[in-house]
Amino acid sequence: MPLLKNNTLISDTWIHAGSDDQLPEAGDVIVSFARLLRDFETLSKRTGKLGVVFSNIERAEALATFLPKLSVIVLAFPAFNDGRAYSIARQLRDFGYRGEIRATGNVLPDQLQFMLQVGFDAFDIGERFPLEAWQGASKQMSLAYQRGLFRRNSEAEIWTERHTDAEPWLEQPHAG
Amino acid sequence: MYRYDEFDHQFVRERTRQFRDQAERRMKGELTEDEFRPLRLMNGLYLQLHAYMLRVAVPYGTLSGKQMRALAFIADKWDKGYGHFTTRQNIQYNWIKLEDTADILGALADVEMHAIQTSGNCIRNVTTDHWAGAAADEIADPRPVGELLRQWSSLHPEFSYLPRKFKIAVTGAPHDRAAVKVHDIGLRLHKNDKSETGWEVIVGGGQGRTPIIGVTVRDFLPEHELVGYLEAIMRVYNLYGRRDNKYKARIKILVHELGAEKFKSEVEAEYARKPQASTEVEERELARIAAYFAAPQFDKLPRWSASFEEAKLANPAFARWARNNLGAHKIDGYTIVNISLKPEGGIPGDATGEQMRLMADLAEKYSHDELRISHAQNIVLPHVKKDDAFTIWQGLDAAGLSTANYGLAGDIIACPGLDYCALATARSIPISQAISRKFANLDRQEEIGPIKINISGCINACGHHHVGHIGILGLDKKGEEYYQITLGGSSAENASIGSILGPGFAGHEVADAIETILDTYLKLRAPGEEFLAAYARVGAKPFKEALYATA
Repeated sequence: MPLLKNNTLISDTWIHAGSDDQLPEAGDVIVSFARLLRDFETLSKRTGKLGVVFSNIERAEALATFLPKLSVIVLAFPAFNDGRAYSIARQLRDFGYRGEIRATGNVLPDQLQFMLQVGFDAFDIGERFPLEAWQGASKQMSLAYQRGLFRRNSEAEIWTERHTDAEPWLEQPHAG
Repeated sequence: MYRYDEFDHQFVRERTRQFRDQAERRMKGELTEDEFRPLRLMNGLYLQLHAYMLRVAVPYGTLSGKQMRALAFIADKWDKGYGHFTTRQNIQYNWIKLEDTADILGALADVEMHAIQTSGNCIRNVTTDHWAGAAADEIADPRPVGELLRQWSSLHPEFSYLPRKFKIAVTGAPHDRAAVKVHDIGLRLHKNDKSETGWEVIVGGGQGRTPIIGVTVRDFLPEHELVGYLEAIMRVYNLYGRRDNKYKARIKILVHELGAEKFKSEVEAEYARKPQASTEVEERELARIAAYFAAPQFDKLPRWSASFEEAKLANPAFARWARNNLGAHKIDGYTIVNISLKPEGGIPGDATGEQMRLMADLAEKYSHDELRISHAQNIVLPHVKKDDAFTIWQGLDAAGLSTANYGLAGDIIACPGLDYCALATARSIPISQAISRKFANLDRQEEIGPIKINISGCINACGHHHVGHIGILGLDKKGEEYYQITLGGSSAENASIGSILGPGFAGHEVADAIETILDTYLKLRAPGEEFLAAYARVGAKPFKEALYATA
């Protein structure tokens, strides 16, 4: 499946290992959360990088102790309107996780920017929409009111921008 | 009033451009209806029974004359010459074409308005007291907080796909005109014994099929912590709110199923865990916003206006309107004008483009260029000199807007019902019209006194029937519309959910049933006792006996 990262398509070199699949000698693997819990010791001794598929019904705290060993966390959207993973991504970033957070499942271009803003940075995008649709979608809005979002180069947080200078608004006359 | 700065302008323009692109992709077939649906909903565009409906946000119900004129322009150019003011202080247009929508959003952006998040499973338009900034009993104007929350919630990336819609109401007065206890989050400003102000945070109230009074999770939250604390509440709801059943997905169900204490501890844990960004920006932003809501320059006037008193003596119809439709203003010599959009036999909340323009004129000339939409579907001119009241009344009277029934039996709240709405199970409008005709006599309405009659055309309760003193709920029984009556509801500070009186009534029987209830009340009330108080004292029994004795 094509993977969108930094607005370009890259090939996904990660190996998805099922719950009882033998782990490959080398290479980067992604396992389920259940397997991560079960085989963490073995997994952390491998040389390749480690990733996990994390369900949106789990609590993000459950991943906290594993975060230093993880390079990819895959969060699934069972439906585009199931917004739990937005909060989980934000919590993981709040915990200090700086590796990849990948969105998979029912991911659509018009949700892409929200996902970027809460800390997702890789997307399983499927074949439904052309690349241009995805590239355009990631920069539909150049402004956001909320603070603490993940911003791309040209994006601005209004509340921060407004209050960086001396406060010119104090001098404006107001009609009341 | 709040004015957009360059950032607000750019934000709404970009959003309009984004929607134009989405609508074009839909019309070209690049997006399926299923894919387009959530996108149009987040811009207020619904597909109704007969056409698209566009719901435009009127943040905390406040409008300038220019903005009201733009609403009139939209009604005339893109709808059938009228609009419908809603119980959420918004306006909706019932006959909109998809291909016109982006142009309408552009016309709104020109006057600093939008339709963002007037629908969809996101944080909806923040509502407040329609007398904010004018009411005599107010501690502080709640609209700066309303505006802060409007900005914070606009396209919030984390909270745009919640389990269900989310409604926040704010009040700055002890007499609650914003129904804060029956919202997903209600915020109530109050003072402690040191005369400092803080916000009571009430969560999990609601109406719909499971009416519940909200629970207090924080009693006295400092204003600058509001955004951070609300983020914690929203995150708990987004993560743990039910998504398996749309009828159990509102936050009230989560609060109920977890229990208030457990819910509260989840929120507190999340709030404590969140990296606490400095709240300095929120404080500065609130100060910036609050400056826009500084009170207008009021003239120093005597409390008593000779011309006002003389006009009342000379004109009984004006005297009646003044008696019923004016509210107490905090400044001497001023009054609050409540324009009833409930003419006898009319559709509650409807106004024509022409009427909107007249109200805009009056606001510009006599009310410091401000109008309000009330959740009772009326229009308010908040800052009017008593000296000008008669002139205003004459203007309203000529436009069919002088109905003197504010807060009385004819001032009925009703949802659009089966005449427009795809969810409805019964009609609301004809029931409202029949009741308003039955009580056309204003002497009789005044004799009955303050009463709230609310009609919903389905269990989703958009007509807020649960909190009506008399609530009417339209249902479908084997293809026939019938109506259940509840008594004793209230959305005020003593909030309560009405109780079902007994078996329902056919549509043509409802107005008679309401008459029987009110006649019974008139017979049993103590001197000066309002309907709700009388009901609290005597209970349902006398009303049941009167209604069902002969059945």
